[in-house]
Amino acid sequence: MYNGLITPLQRHVWAGYRRLRGVPATMTAPLHEPTAEAAPSAAEEAALVAGSAEAKAVQGRSLGRIAWERLKRDKLALTGGVVVLVLIAIALLAPVITNLVGQDPETHHEDLIDPLFSTPTGSWGGISGDHLLGVEPVSGRDIFARIVYGARVSLLVGFLSALVAVVLGTILGVLAGYFGGWVDAIISRVMDGLLAFPQLLFIIALVSVMPNEMLGLTGTGVRLFVMILVIGFFGWPYVGRVVRGQTLSLREREYVEAARSLGAGRFYILFKELLPNLVAPIIVYTTMMIPTNILTEAALSFLGVGVKPPTASWGQMLSSAIDYYDSDPMYMVIPGVAIFITVLSFNLFGDGVRDALDPKGSR
Amino acid sequence: MTTQRTTGRRKQAAAAAAVVAALLSTAACGGGNDDDGGSKSGAAGFNAANNKVAQASLAKKGGELKFAGAQDADSWDTTRGYYGFAWNFMRYYSRTLVTGKAEPGAKGAEVTPDLATSTAKISDDGKTYTYTLRDGVTWEDGKPITSKDVKYGIERVWAQDVLSGGPVYLKDVLDPKGEYPGPYKDKSADKLGLKAIETPDDKTIVFKLPAANSDFEDILGLASAAPVRQDKDTKSKYGLKPFSSGPYKFQSYTPNKKLVLVRNENWKQSSDPIRKAYPDKISLTLFTNANDMDQRLINGDYDLDIGQTGLSPQGRTTALKQHKGNLDNPVSGYIRYAVFPQSVKPFDNIHCRKAVIYGADHESLQTARGGPVAGGDIGTNMLPPSVPGSEGQKYDPYESATTNKNGNAAKAKEELKACGQPNGFKTTIAVRNNKPVEVATAESLQASLKKVGIDVEIDQFDGAQTTGIIGSPENVKKKNYGIIIMGWGPDFPTVQGYGLPLWSGKYILESGNNNFALIKDKTIDGLFDDYVTELDEAKKTEISTEINHKVMEGGYYLPFVFEKFINWRSNRLANVYTTDNYSGQYDFVNLGLKK
Repeated sequence: MYNGLITPLQRHVWAGYRRLRGVPATMTAPLHEPTAEAAPSAAEEAALVAGSAEAKAVQGRSLGRIAWERLKRDKLALTGGVVVLVLIAIALLAPVITNLVGQDPETHHEDLIDPLFSTPTGSWGGISGDHLLGVEPVSGRDIFARIVYGARVSLLVGFLSALVAVVLGTILGVLAGYFGGWVDAIISRVMDGLLAFPQLLFIIALVSVMPNEMLGLTGTGVRLFVMILVIGFFGWPYVGRVVRGQTLSLREREYVEAARSLGAGRFYILFKELLPNLVAPIIVYTTMMIPTNILTEAALSFLGVGVKPPTASWGQMLSSAIDYYDSDPMYMVIPGVAIFITVLSFNLFGDGVRDALDPKGSR
Repeated sequence: MTTQRTTGRRKQAAAAAAVVAALLSTAACGGGNDDDGGSKSGAAGFNAANNKVAQASLAKKGGELKFAGAQDADSWDTTRGYYGFAWNFMRYYSRTLVTGKAEPGAKGAEVTPDLATSTAKISDDGKTYTYTLRDGVTWEDGKPITSKDVKYGIERVWAQDVLSGGPVYLKDVLDPKGEYPGPYKDKSADKLGLKAIETPDDKTIVFKLPAANSDFEDILGLASAAPVRQDKDTKSKYGLKPFSSGPYKFQSYTPNKKLVLVRNENWKQSSDPIRKAYPDKISLTLFTNANDMDQRLINGDYDLDIGQTGLSPQGRTTALKQHKGNLDNPVSGYIRYAVFPQSVKPFDNIHCRKAVIYGADHESLQTARGGPVAGGDIGTNMLPPSVPGSEGQKYDPYESATTNKNGNAAKAKEELKACGQPNGFKTTIAVRNNKPVEVATAESLQASLKKVGIDVEIDQFDGAQTTGIIGSPENVKKKNYGIIIMGWGPDFPTVQGYGLPLWSGKYILESGNNNFALIKDKTIDGLFDDYVTELDEAKKTEISTEINHKVMEGGYYLPFVFEKFINWRSNRLANVYTTDNYSGQYDFVNLGLKK
């Protein structure tokens, strides 16, 4: 039994004991210890469960390394990841990129519009050397610049609202799962209530009564803030349920039992023993929420309660393209494809991450 | 759980792919070309019915005239309706003492006798109007229409608590102090207690005005002056089945779905000099989607759009490319504009107002409205071309249609300096959220004002709440709405019917205000006073021109366009013409069908 193969249980007990050993009665010190130590334990657990005869070789590899090696082999996920990185770069560098092509998202070019039909005079929606993706009907604004700037809105809302949802969902989910009883009852009922809530209608109603200025923000800033907060707020129960379920099963595991019997406090167990083991599902869920949130933002902008004009947003572009789908189809296709590519690459990447982090995964 | 997650995500991706596929496939559409010239069985040609009569000789008796609409009337009750198309349509089932001529263009706005034998005999002081009713005018049950029915119909305007919504000019002119309580609270036995109207016998009706109003006959031509018979008055439900005095009567009506009129057999052609009454049946089918309706019109399933506000961009492009001969491009009588409330700083200063007018790119605003054809000519002043006294683009005090049509930054900067804001300022544009075209003009204005240093924020408010949001001067000030985007058309084509609610200091209201600029100018108010007492048409025209000049000199408004529409007329329609009486709409009452 002691021939070098350490079972997860032993590992956890040992780690917990070691950390407790030199520590006085107070529980604060362990919480401030770097979490790095917890990660190898989880990693080895993963490695061992997936384990084979070459356990010794596996021992030296961290969870992140194993996941990364799996991910590297998944070409589809890698492509998705690269596209996501490119999109983030585009969003961050939007002013630089539009300057490079000599366009900006708000200048009108009425000279490129056919006054009779309000559509671009050039073929393919006015695509030319100057206007890489053509110009908008009516105003003649450069579509390329608007798509580039629109990426900012989409990604900002997608990421930040996912962050809000994940933080809320993790904290509340862990609390519900670990403490059980009335804490669980209250948090679970709140989650049920929120899941049943018509969030789209709620946001539409909220945005229309929103003041133009609040917390030092104006116009589009207020709208973005509200959208991020509300999408995030309605998103946390999805994370919360998963985290609660995982916590429920983990808290009965032996290593938790052992930590408790060694005198570890509740919060120590929560943050040191449980949370590190929840990292994988949380990461997976985050990558899955981002594209959903991007779609929600697009839907809200489509319905006219998103960002304010003249700020560019893909959903708003799709919405105004409805009137021209026949006479200027490119105007509808371009933002549609932008949303499609973004959501697809996030999903592919998320799929890959999930497979890579899955301890039972075969790849 | 893991497998579930995967399917969920795959589904999402599949759905996204399907959407893109659908987007790409909608691009291919089309149809055959129509003959652009006039032909007996086909369309009459582009603009063939604009201010002239198209295919008058081809109109035959009989058939079903099919209207389509994207919006029902506010009410079919003659007292309560305020939509222009509803007034136009009401001529099918209601008659008034006088009405607009059944002639195209400006002539259509001239008053001609309908129930009366002639236009009014007016006393020298302009305060007494006397009419005699024609012989043989009857209700749908065959009983004669009497002067008392006319009086009762007019009295209903006073019952605003029950019958709200319609124009109240009659009440303002005949009873400015509001002494008469209305027919439903009338203590007299016959409910005809209004003192300003006398009915000495069944054929004679006399109006006694407390103060002269030179537009009184125009006001009597509005649908709200139509007769209503007391025993048929169902009060607030009257709009569901009005009792007909015209050539057609209600057969069935389901609000927001369908309305069918059939011939009123008791109406006699000999008693009516206006109405030709060609079709046997008139139907109105209502759609929930304007694009859908336009497509059905182009397919030939319906004859015309009752709304008469032009095709939507999608249908417009198809129609202009493939069915140009079915289109007319009339001037609507509406002016689309931005207005500057003087209560919001810095618009209390005329120079800041002028800075916006000079800074605006008028051509860009015109493009945002739909271009010169679908939007209209660049607006240069505030009097619509259909109103006597209008000079059209010839009066262009800010050179908006010529030198400064793309904005004049130098002049705008000068005005900003004079206003004490040399570096520009910040303000808010209020625009209705249900009008994409208005939002487009707001964006255009925002872009061009940015170049002169005026930084504007666009606030889209709920279009259904217009009267409470921008109609409340207090709210406008609170929300800092320095620029409001709106449009206005004449109730009847005179400077009074158009401009009084917009420019008179007496019409500044706490709610439902239309004098958004809060104009309180003694000269303008004085000119309106002169206008209503002036009976000479030439002098009335002169005063109208002067009022327009005074309004423009104050820099209260930035007109965008003298609005034009592109309206559809089916191949089946004959005797089609537009009339200024209803802001460039087709004159519904005399439309006929070819066999």
